[in-house]
Amino acid sequence: MAGSRAEAGQGILATLGVLAGLLLLWEVAVRVLAPPPILLPAPSAIAVELADAPRYFLRHAAFTLWTTLAGFALSVVLGVALAVAIVASRWADRVVTTILVVLNSLPKVALAPLFVIWMGTGAEPKIAIAVMLAIFSIVADVALGLRSVDPEAIALARVHRAGAWRILWKLRLPNALPALFVGMKVSISFALVGAIVGEFVGGSSGLGHVILVAQGQFDTVRVFAALVVLGVVGTLLFYLVEFAERLAIPWHVSQR
Amino acid sequence: MAACVEIRGAGRTYASERGPVVALRGVDLDVREGEFLALLGPSGCGKSTLLRCIAGLDRASEGEVRLRGRPVEEPPEGLGMVFQRDVLVDWRSIRDNVLLAAEFQGLARRDHAARADALLARFGLGAFADRRPWELSGGMRQRAAICRALLCEPAILLMDEPFGALDAMTRDDLNVELARIQQDGGRTVAFVTHSIPEAVYLADRVAVMSPGPGRVVEVIDVDLPRPRPLALRESPEFARHVRAIRALFARLGVAKD
Repeated sequence: MAGSRAEAGQGILATLGVLAGLLLLWEVAVRVLAPPPILLPAPSAIAVELADAPRYFLRHAAFTLWTTLAGFALSVVLGVALAVAIVASRWADRVVTTILVVLNSLPKVALAPLFVIWMGTGAEPKIAIAVMLAIFSIVADVALGLRSVDPEAIALARVHRAGAWRILWKLRLPNALPALFVGMKVSISFALVGAIVGEFVGGSSGLGHVILVAQGQFDTVRVFAALVVLGVVGTLLFYLVEFAERLAIPWHVSQR
Repeated sequence: MAACVEIRGAGRTYASERGPVVALRGVDLDVREGEFLALLGPSGCGKSTLLRCIAGLDRASEGEVRLRGRPVEEPPEGLGMVFQRDVLVDWRSIRDNVLLAAEFQGLARRDHAARADALLARFGLGAFADRRPWELSGGMRQRAAICRALLCEPAILLMDEPFGALDAMTRDDLNVELARIQQDGGRTVAFVTHSIPEAVYLADRVAVMSPGPGRVVEVIDVDLPRPRPLALRESPEFARHVRAIRALFARLGVAKD
């Protein structure tokens, strides 16, 4: 993470350069080899598709973004609460951890239809599936962060007669912040996957829905266009979490 | 002088996979009000365990530990403690680390901010109050840890090998500073160390401890005058004390002649 602004700029430039090169290669390959557009459209065709209906893609992207963020936010809040419970009580540790492991080992795609039956075809089942996918890494990472407080720091707190809540607030939670951000970086991508899985199963909004409908019409250009938007949304979300991390824990070794 | 801490027949036995381990047995010891007591001994003599029993972090399995007449069962009020590691937290500035001592007790920060700054200034850290721990040297960090222990005017200051991880020169500096603040405040200090010269330089009395099982063998009065300049360590009287303690350890079989 360390390094000057110039270095960071160079990194971005290099990445964009490689990306542009790959796109160019793809464009040239499509023009030379001329595969049927239903198999592989050219990048230029995808760009035209996006430029023709920007509001259509934006509307659906906004829906996916909202269910993803809602699922992510719920995962963070619930995940931290569950991690605190796990660390606070051995009983909660056994029960909650077992339930989480069982849930996490069930393929969420297989659960998605059930959520549609229960919650309908609106945003709710998407958010629920996003939470199911995203919460596990938050709980696991935060629990580790809460536990790995220096025992001498705990002794110091006890010498000053701090109770369990004050130790949680003054030591365990700040100590768990770096781990929380590790969990959040994994979980934001999982939340997006969960939202798309939900859109595949039912409903009439979101990039997942766009892909499903376009596939039914063999509109490969539109599938690719939706994938591009999805890629951009996913990448932006990840860097948003990383940006928040830099603001929240400037003191951590990884950020200095 | 009245006793600040009374230890009577204190023992501590730990359960382990290979049966019980006796860390401490039959310790009778007082820490007098206003005195500097050193707990001196090699590793495994139970000196840290004894200090943790006084702090209420550990409980004696036999006998009794009393602080100002009250049995110590959990950490009592009015303690300050310094560990071998400074235990400063990275997410707080040096000032906020010092104030943590008050916050742990649920006391208002604003009532202690002025004292925190005064302590930091006294330990030469005035210009570093807003810095983060990782920006400071090991000696400065340990000074900050001492400020934190002193913030709430503890009745007794417990120090568990506080300078063990520091280089010799920094250690000398901190020894001088510690002797000074102890004398200024007339503060009661119990100080764990395995360095004979450090114990003799700092202490009014040295409790010599021996391992297997951990016990107090002898309590030696150090009648060197105060204030004690560092050069005192080159004096014949100082050498005499060091030699006497070293001979004692040799008789116990824990040090070579």
